[in-house]
Amino acid sequence: MKRFATLISQLEATTKTALKTQALVQYMSLAPKKDRLWCLALFSGRRPKRTVTASQLKEWSADAANLPLWLLEETYSVVGDLAETIALILPKADKKYDRSLTEWIDDLRLLTKLNIEEKKQFILNSWCALSDQERFVFNKLITGGFRVGVSQKLMTRAVAQATSKPEAEIAHRLMGNWTPDQTDWHTLIEAENFTADFSRPYPFFLSHALENAPQELGSPTEWFAEWKWDGIRGQVIVRGGDCFVWSRGEELVSDQFPELQKFLDNIPDGTVIDGEILTWKDEAPLSFNLLQKRLGRKTVPKGLLQSAPVILYAYDILEWQGQDVRDQPFQYRRAILEALCDNKSLALPLRLSPSISFQDWSDLEDVRAKARDQRAEGLMLKNLASHYQAGRKKGPWWKWKLDPLNIDAVMIYAQAGHGRRANLYTDFTFAVWDGSDLVPFTKAYSGLTDAEFRQISTWVRKNTLQRFGPVRQVTPYHVFEIAFEGIHESLRHKSGVALRFPRMARWRQDKMAQDANSLDDLKDMLKIYG
Amino acid sequence: MNKTAALIFTEKGIYCPNGNFYIDPWRPVDRALITHAHADHARPGHNRYLSTDIAAPVLKHRLGAISLETISYGETRQIGSAIVSFHPAGHVPGSAQICVEVNGEIWVVSGDYKTVADNLSTAFEPVKCHSFVTECTFGLPAFRWMAQEHVFGEINQWWAKNAASGAVSILGAYGLGKAQRLLSGLDLSIGKVLTHSAVEGTNRVMRQQGIALPETEQIMPETDGKGQSGALILAPPSALGSVWSRRFGETSSAFASGWMGLRGVRRRRAADRGFVISDHADWSGLNAAIKATRAENIYVTHGYTDVFSKWLKSEGYNAQIVPTEFTGETVDIEDME
Ligand SMILES: [Zn+2]
Ligand SMILES: [Zn+2]
Repeated sequence: MKRFATLISQLEATTKTALKTQALVQYMSLAPKKDRLWCLALFSGRRPKRTVTASQLKEWSADAANLPLWLLEETYSVVGDLAETIALILPKADKKYDRSLTEWIDDLRLLTKLNIEEKKQFILNSWCALSDQERFVFNKLITGGFRVGVSQKLMTRAVAQATSKPEAEIAHRLMGNWTPDQTDWHTLIEAENFTADFSRPYPFFLSHALENAPQELGSPTEWFAEWKWDGIRGQVIVRGGDCFVWSRGEELVSDQFPELQKFLDNIPDGTVIDGEILTWKDEAPLSFNLLQKRLGRKTVPKGLLQSAPVILYAYDILEWQGQDVRDQPFQYRRAILEALCDNKSLALPLRLSPSISFQDWSDLEDVRAKARDQRAEGLMLKNLASHYQAGRKKGPWWKWKLDPLNIDAVMIYAQAGHGRRANLYTDFTFAVWDGSDLVPFTKAYSGLTDAEFRQISTWVRKNTLQRFGPVRQVTPYHVFEIAFEGIHESLRHKSGVALRFPRMARWRQDKMAQDANSLDDLKDMLKIYG
Repeated sequence: MNKTAALIFTEKGIYCPNGNFYIDPWRPVDRALITHAHADHARPGHNRYLSTDIAAPVLKHRLGAISLETISYGETRQIGSAIVSFHPAGHVPGSAQICVEVNGEIWVVSGDYKTVADNLSTAFEPVKCHSFVTECTFGLPAFRWMAQEHVFGEINQWWAKNAASGAVSILGAYGLGKAQRLLSGLDLSIGKVLTHSAVEGTNRVMRQQGIALPETEQIMPETDGKGQSGALILAPPSALGSVWSRRFGETSSAFASGWMGLRGVRRRRAADRGFVISDHADWSGLNAAIKATRAENIYVTHGYTDVFSKWLKSEGYNAQIVPTEFTGETVDIEDME
């Protein structure tokens, strides 16, 4: 595991992408192939099944370090990562085992067969035999979630370089629900015929936010515009007599959207459609709030299928008649998609995301301003000649979102951050006025600069009224402008509203607490946008 | 007999009623005893100052024309009816723990301290007392320092590797104490050491008072940024990633601080490297120092006070937190070592 621990150290020891890539390429060229495969798996969130719980790890490590459990918990809340906390508090290793990454993972997986005492012995023994960095890696193998700044894109590039294959091909090979148990390095990365897996999705093509005026994109005749819908980006695959639904997070969500199985038998085999999954009624989208109820379930109850039915709002077609059409111009793909959705789609949970016609860019600005009435987040602009690429690229596609909603609120609670912001107060609760009372309505933890966080942290420490564990109630004094993307009714919240993507847009040092907005202001927004 | 405590906590700082003086006060007072010259301990505006003779030059350099008396380590002095002495804290050159004795009751205020010797500052000496006011900047078991030789090895290795590829190494460290300690551990056979003016100012003062420091060259506005390949630059943390640092072409950046022991903080600082080296005591250092005082009453300040006092209580001490309103403004602990 030394080699893998060294890789992690190298990735942690630089902020430069070129050096990170170099370290990965080296690993992907030199490490045993089984370890390479596990490295790919771990960095893409495919961790081995968990055989030891977090509370067992806490208990055993507190024991080994001779510290009370509460102190470990407090330390963990500052460090922000359990694997790291444990690696830091344990006494130094006094033995040495040299095993490969795969061997360690295999050992950990065998733990299911052992009783709890035997498990504990194995974990304690392992801790005694690993260097600090290896110990951190070992703990991470158990808890999951390596955060070493390796994006899918970076990993793809490194594997492409190590194997001298095109990046787009590697991106495609790495998609889908492969696991190191069902495949090997050769089959996944090197073999000629890699499309045998029917469920494998294409890498999603993602866009950046438009930075300049749309006029700078050139002639409007070269561009296509449509709404940017506020649902879940998905890819529906009809292949080999099966229908698979993938979310943008590369999760197979077929079971969560059983109505999309109707695509089978109604859409020709060998079709892949990219679109937005939306809750839908009377030929219009319902709120994202409702869609959320459909997520994270193994099975969907009947009632929910009726109250929150979904459709796929189709954006693009990636495969047609068994052929990968991503290299065809957008215009061509759109024509196929229109023909496909035209005839029979009304009977299916499939709709064509409508195109928006416009003569010049200023027309489009007026349209964009009405996005919220459509329950859309803004507009998408796509170059008519664009190919469907892999990953987030600038140029051929742009998202042109609405400006956020905002409200001025008073900070009333503060909580220390962890990890990156371990010694700062960064998580705040905000309130608006209801008569002479302050009603909390949202939390936010991002949007300020580090310098601002330091300044507010100093203030929090000096203006604490009361402590509730890690939370401090502070004097209602500071006003922040909270920006958010949407608002909806919520019975769980005292204020009766919940916000989407709230963040601190600005610290309004020019405003006093009494200048903040009121609950009535929020409720007005709910009426208009909810 | 009306017996007042030797020291009490007030809104201006730690106060000795019997001697009518304050220790590291944060509001202007008549007489201030200063543990060391860091800005969160030595503030401007007091009528009279008392510090160790070793701390005095830097103190004057930072605060300008102040009325300053000095005292040597171990020397006792009577102020009012209190007996005062200063003892090495091992934090930065001249840093002291201040011991105050009134009617046989002994208090020690630690200031900032580090229990391991570093060849630059006078080594920490425990002082027996009844009540100990201790900092706990790194009062969590996650903070454990490696021997400084080990860390210097890492730093020199990083520097050598950068130098071999023609890059300039920029090492961010607090300008008083940490920078000089690093300087004393650098392998000058690798290349030249350049300094930011904030660091060089302190270097100059220390050299003048006879503290041996390796040769450095201050970066001037006219210094040719591109001609420095292979050099190492010592600069305050705020200079990293600033416009100032951009003139040196290909660079690799690093911070040297106890906070670098946490991955999260390393990521936030977005430097290439983080070297874990601190002028404060680590977890075991704090615990050993407290034990060595034989004190029953421990007052904790500066840092993870809630957790650390709870821990000390569980270890059988009569531990209390110095109330927040009596500790002045909390400094930016990350930059202030
Ligand atoms: Zn200090
Ligand atoms: Zn301090």
